[in-house]
Amino acid sequence: MSMDFETVIGLEVHLQLKTATKIFCACANQFGEQPNSLTCPVCLGLPGTLPVLNKKVLEYGIKVGLALGCEINPYIKFDRKNYYYPDLPKAYQISQYDFPVAKNGLVMIPMEKGELKKIRVNRAHLEEDAGKLTHEADGTLVDYNRTGTPLLEIVTEADMRSPQEAYDYLQVLKLTLQYLNVSDCDMEKGSLRCDANVSIRPREETKLGTKSEIKNMNSFKAVKAALEYEVIRHTQVILSGEKIVQETRLWDDNKQMTLSMRSKEEAHDYRYFPDPDLVPFVVKADKIKEIRQSLPELPYAKLERFKNQYNLNGYDAFILVLDQTIAQFFEECVALYPEAKKIANWLNGPLLREISDRKSSLAELKLVPASLAGLIKMVEDGVVSNLVGKDVLKIMLDTGKSAEQIIQENGLAQVSDQESLTRIVDEIIKENPKAVGEIKSGKENVLGFLVGQTMKKTQGKANPKMIGEIIKRRILDA
Amino acid sequence: MKIAQLTAHEILDQYAAQQLKVVDVVGSVLEQISQSEKDIHAYAQVFSGDKLPAFNGKNIPIPIAIKDNICIKDTETTCCSKILKNFIAPYDATVIGKLKQSGAIFVGHANMDEFAFGSSTETSCYGPTRNPWDLSRVPGGSSGGSAAAVAGNEAIWALGSDTGGSIRQPAAYCGVVGLKPTYGRVSRFGLIAFASSLDQIGPITKDVTDSALLMNIISGYDPKDSTSANVPNPDYTKALVKNVKGLKIGLPKEYFIEGLDAEVKTKVMDAVLLLKSCGAEFKEISLPHSKFAIACYYIVATAEASSNLGRFDGVQYGLRAQPSQVRKTNLVDMYEETRDQGFGNEAKRRIMLGTYSLSSGYYDAYYLKGLKVRTMIKMDFDRAFEEVDAIITPTAPTTAFKLGEKMNDPISMYLNDIFTTPANLSGIPAISIPCGFSKNRLPIGLQIMAKPFAEETLFRIGYTYEQNR
Amino acid sequence: MITKEHALKIASLSRIHLKEEEAQLLANDLECILKYIDQLNELDVTDVKPTSHALPLQNVFREDVVNPSLSQDEALQFSVQKDKGCYKVPKVIE
Repeated sequence: MSMDFETVIGLEVHLQLKTATKIFCACANQFGEQPNSLTCPVCLGLPGTLPVLNKKVLEYGIKVGLALGCEINPYIKFDRKNYYYPDLPKAYQISQYDFPVAKNGLVMIPMEKGELKKIRVNRAHLEEDAGKLTHEADGTLVDYNRTGTPLLEIVTEADMRSPQEAYDYLQVLKLTLQYLNVSDCDMEKGSLRCDANVSIRPREETKLGTKSEIKNMNSFKAVKAALEYEVIRHTQVILSGEKIVQETRLWDDNKQMTLSMRSKEEAHDYRYFPDPDLVPFVVKADKIKEIRQSLPELPYAKLERFKNQYNLNGYDAFILVLDQTIAQFFEECVALYPEAKKIANWLNGPLLREISDRKSSLAELKLVPASLAGLIKMVEDGVVSNLVGKDVLKIMLDTGKSAEQIIQENGLAQVSDQESLTRIVDEIIKENPKAVGEIKSGKENVLGFLVGQTMKKTQGKANPKMIGEIIKRRILDA
Repeated sequence: MKIAQLTAHEILDQYAAQQLKVVDVVGSVLEQISQSEKDIHAYAQVFSGDKLPAFNGKNIPIPIAIKDNICIKDTETTCCSKILKNFIAPYDATVIGKLKQSGAIFVGHANMDEFAFGSSTETSCYGPTRNPWDLSRVPGGSSGGSAAAVAGNEAIWALGSDTGGSIRQPAAYCGVVGLKPTYGRVSRFGLIAFASSLDQIGPITKDVTDSALLMNIISGYDPKDSTSANVPNPDYTKALVKNVKGLKIGLPKEYFIEGLDAEVKTKVMDAVLLLKSCGAEFKEISLPHSKFAIACYYIVATAEASSNLGRFDGVQYGLRAQPSQVRKTNLVDMYEETRDQGFGNEAKRRIMLGTYSLSSGYYDAYYLKGLKVRTMIKMDFDRAFEEVDAIITPTAPTTAFKLGEKMNDPISMYLNDIFTTPANLSGIPAISIPCGFSKNRLPIGLQIMAKPFAEETLFRIGYTYEQNR
Repeated sequence: MITKEHALKIASLSRIHLKEEEAQLLANDLECILKYIDQLNELDVTDVKPTSHALPLQNVFREDVVNPSLSQDEALQFSVQKDKGCYKVPKVIE
């Protein structure tokens, strides 16, 4: 039986917000301290303690909501989600049930041929993170440092139709969040976590298939791999005439497969109800306006602007906006030397390669826009060749010196006076009579060989175009 | 007259006149404890004496009993539950911080119904408290230890907490003054929650003046409590005036019906006549949803309690029981065994009732309906306070009952709170003031309620009544 | 009608182990209390808004300013069981 299946994917992203303090208490919101050294009676959930909302957390929630095109709820409240687990010191998590901070958003992901696809965001709600468990042979250890870290859970509709789309959504989401500077977005450190719901259904079918929820992916690549694995598993199960069981499965990155959680737990009944310890929050239109105005230019807007304003192609513009600091650097360079395409090429090519070779970032390198713009201008003016220019860039990154200084100190300027070049060319002609003969008999392609020989002799400092012309003149006009 | 029988304001006057020293007051209270505590059992724990402060003209060094659900740093604070034995609070409740600043002397943690679940102080894991007026009877509850300590002169004054009447009903049964402030008037930070949207800490004192004095110390906005009201905090003693002329007071017809003890009714009506003679105007009003208050209260309070008490699970502090056999998983067995051994019957009943009314399939029929009826009860009061400045009712339908009398009949126990729960559901302030005795010498209490943040009205009426009796 | 089985289920959700005889007694109690509560059915609450807070407070915040935390020793001072700077509990994953 051959059947054509459609994949349906929805994602839940938990984002740790980068505030100074936790969501409901004044403990520092930090990662990687000694266990249980960032707690207080409030986040330990000691009896008698009460939560008070961190103002920044709500602002960040609204910020992300607006950046994802959501409506901000004018009335927001917090609810208790009740369940027992040792990482949850109050036996309830303060979360948002029916009045989340934001709802009904849209994220655009790139498709083939420059088209965009809309992924709907169902809701984004604020909640507190739980502690960390470490399982040992004779028991489980609990560290409450992470307890109370502010989280924003961003839930999509089941709008993605392939693991690749899920991957692209995560890329765009992460980029947007990085622009907002509200989270480290580091999956390995757990500041961005993603659970995926996946199901398949015969194409043309409108009803959703039975889904599985997959957890425990620690990179976007793992999310994609886990989804690909699940799609194949679902397909095999269905084609073999069996039924998919709705369950939670964990991704095993070593085995590259998902495994059932085999839980003996009874079905969850979280008994959500409004947290009586927290009052409701009313977000006024002027507050939303104020936050909207404080938003940076977001990736898609920047992409479109770069294409239009600088006449860049989609690819160049896309690579530039992938990193906010690169994009800004680009604009500063263009302001000094208005050759946008050339600057984009240098940034997206040699500079990004250097950054990646050095395992560094633009911010860490001692490069100022004036230096790079100066270098590009000197290459374009023919002062140095493209090849030498790349060496100049390396020295520039090592020393922080300007292109002019580097070229001067190292004698890298192209030899371009006719007289000395003609002298060198004459020597080459003398040394290669066979090649000269071939050129004379019309084999023009041998010309390149002689140009190369001349370049070698000048240690690359000659202008190859000029050399070609001189050789032709000296041989053919002789 | 023993020193311990004095009110706080009398003691402060004598301090000021240098007729009395702090050590004498504390000595007298401790002596009273050594005499009567074995009979009354007002305390879960009496603290060993720290260095006593001297009176300096500004401080208020008065011995106080603190209900065992209010955290005092470095003391065992247990809510009189086995599950919290050995829990040493690592911080002070906001009210305790304020009391420490005032120079208060903490006598001990007063006995209470386990987690404040009860109206008789019989469900304490330390055993029951007895009513100082009749040792065969309960002191009321859940702040029965606090009320009995004040009535029995084992403390000069006390703090209790009131979720459905837990300050006012024991105050009535013990013949002392008990105030439940407006919700949000006194910080709940450090009060181990029973039902967060209803709980308030309040004073239990020998007279209205002391109630106002103690409110001056403990009340006020607290940024650590999101439900604390950021409103001006008056000097309550300014409201202690002998004048009720022109005050309009309502008598809700629904509160003077069958089930109300005849003696209680008589004494309350005597008080009404007295206040009338002082110039107060009375009129009959209606609070039509009053009869639903108990049902509403038990939904709302137990739902919140079931969640609030989830944290007592043996993971961090307090009791952790070892299961004798494996039933589910090691962890779940530990939870279930700890909570089985740690909670008494009434706590289990309420946790389960609350869990039930929040659980999937029952939420709308119980919890949500409870919240809606709460709205109706609250609106009754909103309407009433358009017509009157205050409302007078009995505090409890009867006088103190016998120990054991209602232990096996939860509904009859709950009905003790019929007149007190509406104030908690509505968030309004209410005070219970002694208004006489029954023929068998049991105290009777009168309840006065006012609109939110009108504690001063309560003090004015209460003081006028007290001074003219 | 709250049966013994129902009571056991609620107890399990509440993480309380009930002995058989206890379960029946609690089922009876709950049944009795719920019957009393059922008097609320006399009321029509269709258009009534729920009240979950006694006061109409809103927008109560804290500024994002750090206060010192407890030390590890302080945090674990009253722990039932501890190991390696952590609280310790029976194995979560069997």
